[in-house]
Amino acid sequence: MAFELKQVCFSYGDHRVIENLSFSILPGCFHAVLGPNGCGKTTLLDLLSDHIRPDSGEVFLNGNKLTSYGKRLLARYVASVPQEYQVNFPYTVREVVAMGRYPHQARFSHPTREDMQIVDKALEMCMADELAERFITELSGGEKQRVIFARAIAQQTSVLLLDEPCASLDVKHALGILNVASSQVRTKGVTVVAVMHDINLAARFADNLIFMKQGRKIVSGPARHSLDATIIREVFDVDSVVTTEKHLNVPQVVFLQ
Amino acid sequence: MFRKMQLWPQLLFLGIILSALVVMASTMGYMKVGFIEVLRVFGAEILGEGRFAASTDPIVKAVVLDVRIPRILAAAIVGGTLAISGAVFQGILLNPLADPYTLGVSAGAAFGASIALILNITLLGGFNVAVFAFVGALLTLAVVMYLAASAGSFSSNNLILSGVIVAAILSAGISFIKYMADEQMSVIIFWLMGSLSSKSWSDVLILLFFSGTGAGVCFYFSRDLNIMSLGGKTAGSLGVDSSKMMPILLVTASLMAAVCVSVSGIIGFVGLLVPHMARMATGPDNRRLIPVSFLCGAILLLAADTVTRAVLPAEVPIGVLTALIGGPFFCYIFRKRQKTQSQHGF
Repeated sequence: MAFELKQVCFSYGDHRVIENLSFSILPGCFHAVLGPNGCGKTTLLDLLSDHIRPDSGEVFLNGNKLTSYGKRLLARYVASVPQEYQVNFPYTVREVVAMGRYPHQARFSHPTREDMQIVDKALEMCMADELAERFITELSGGEKQRVIFARAIAQQTSVLLLDEPCASLDVKHALGILNVASSQVRTKGVTVVAVMHDINLAARFADNLIFMKQGRKIVSGPARHSLDATIIREVFDVDSVVTTEKHLNVPQVVFLQ
Repeated sequence: MFRKMQLWPQLLFLGIILSALVVMASTMGYMKVGFIEVLRVFGAEILGEGRFAASTDPIVKAVVLDVRIPRILAAAIVGGTLAISGAVFQGILLNPLADPYTLGVSAGAAFGASIALILNITLLGGFNVAVFAFVGALLTLAVVMYLAASAGSFSSNNLILSGVIVAAILSAGISFIKYMADEQMSVIIFWLMGSLSSKSWSDVLILLFFSGTGAGVCFYFSRDLNIMSLGGKTAGSLGVDSSKMMPILLVTASLMAAVCVSVSGIIGFVGLLVPHMARMATGPDNRRLIPVSFLCGAILLLAADTVTRAVLPAEVPIGVLTALIGGPFFCYIFRKRQKTQSQHGF
């Protein structure tokens, strides 16, 4: 198991966001978390990254309690790309991506040649190499998103948590980023957990879809088993037709309303 | 500008300027002392070779060593410390325009000092004002952090808002004290405007101890401060616990500001402007920014203090001078920033 949740509950004030959630997340797979706004998807990622801690229940990573790792050690296992990021200081893109190497470096040590290569590679993979010398404060939303993603890749962890990784990307870059994520899964056995809104992209790239509603898991499984009009109706309250797309041989959804 | 340059040549360059400025400032003042003479006095003192200054008038020696040098060192250390404090506040609050005043720390120190002055407390001998300023600053920080705290973490917006509110209340308090104080009025006002006149070696030692410790702490956590500028969530995923780092750095930076206020009164704009300029020159990386800011702040305040002490016909309170020069310059930077930002569509 990469992650295992046992009877996890979490509330913001009186508002219960995660309701008695128990399930496991298999390692070496691309998991997409789908569900309507406010169903607890981001909260789930925050719980997995130890940004917040459950009110009750426990989260395990590789069989050990998540809380037993400590922030610095955890940063070598789990990288996360948040939905919102605002950098107010004029770091260059390369400097931001190089921050992904911090958890692997001693406090006052200079980056090694290997660190530099990893940063260059991450920039190239995320189609951000031509941005390398620009200031992060001057980039558009989509460009910034690619840089923050590259930062997580440079962290070289076995788990990647992505919160709407394609939210502000054009088609080409969205496909590019998801290809990078899934190649990390195929070639390095990385576990990806991504909150996504585009069900069709999720069905195409993810090995496993996790449908959530009101803080509970409704169903999970590979797209060809889990994705159908009934579940879309139940989770999103929208009528749809699910067909198998011929070119890619994956199920795709057409919404009717 | 110097982003690609290594750190040590920059520090060496600034260090040389600062040293030259110290020597130059020592020659200037009511009593003109020759350049060579000052070097002789320094040589005799530092190297312990009495023969260097054998021919020097003992009065000249006393003026340089006991009057000018303490004030010069105090000016340099206060300038550098305020600059580091500002750089750290800006880093924590994710706001390039924050400084020790934003959190009400300086107002707290000023309020404490005013109380000591009006009540004419003689409990602690000569350290009355300093100790009261110090306590005032810390209590203010505690109140601001209490107001801003939500579920164990601090958002920078909450901190700034709480700081502004508390500072407004304290300013009213200070005005009231000024109104009540007839005899002590001029003392309070001079102190609120900032002054480095008649600083002694004991002031320098206090400054040296606190700002040295504070600067060490800030530099030690400078990389964490870099990561914190990516926001709390990202910082956490890179192994930095913002909710732990924030209080440590806030208290350290506030202590540094409080020590300065307790020694020299309120000197504005150094903590705001210097890190801002240093960031444009050497980049936002705090591992470079903190030492560079210290030296730039030291150079700037020493230069300003020397101007008011030895160049102007009458001594202008240093806080007034820094605000008069720094204020318009700040407006210029701020406006330029707005323009470049709108060019990039945000």
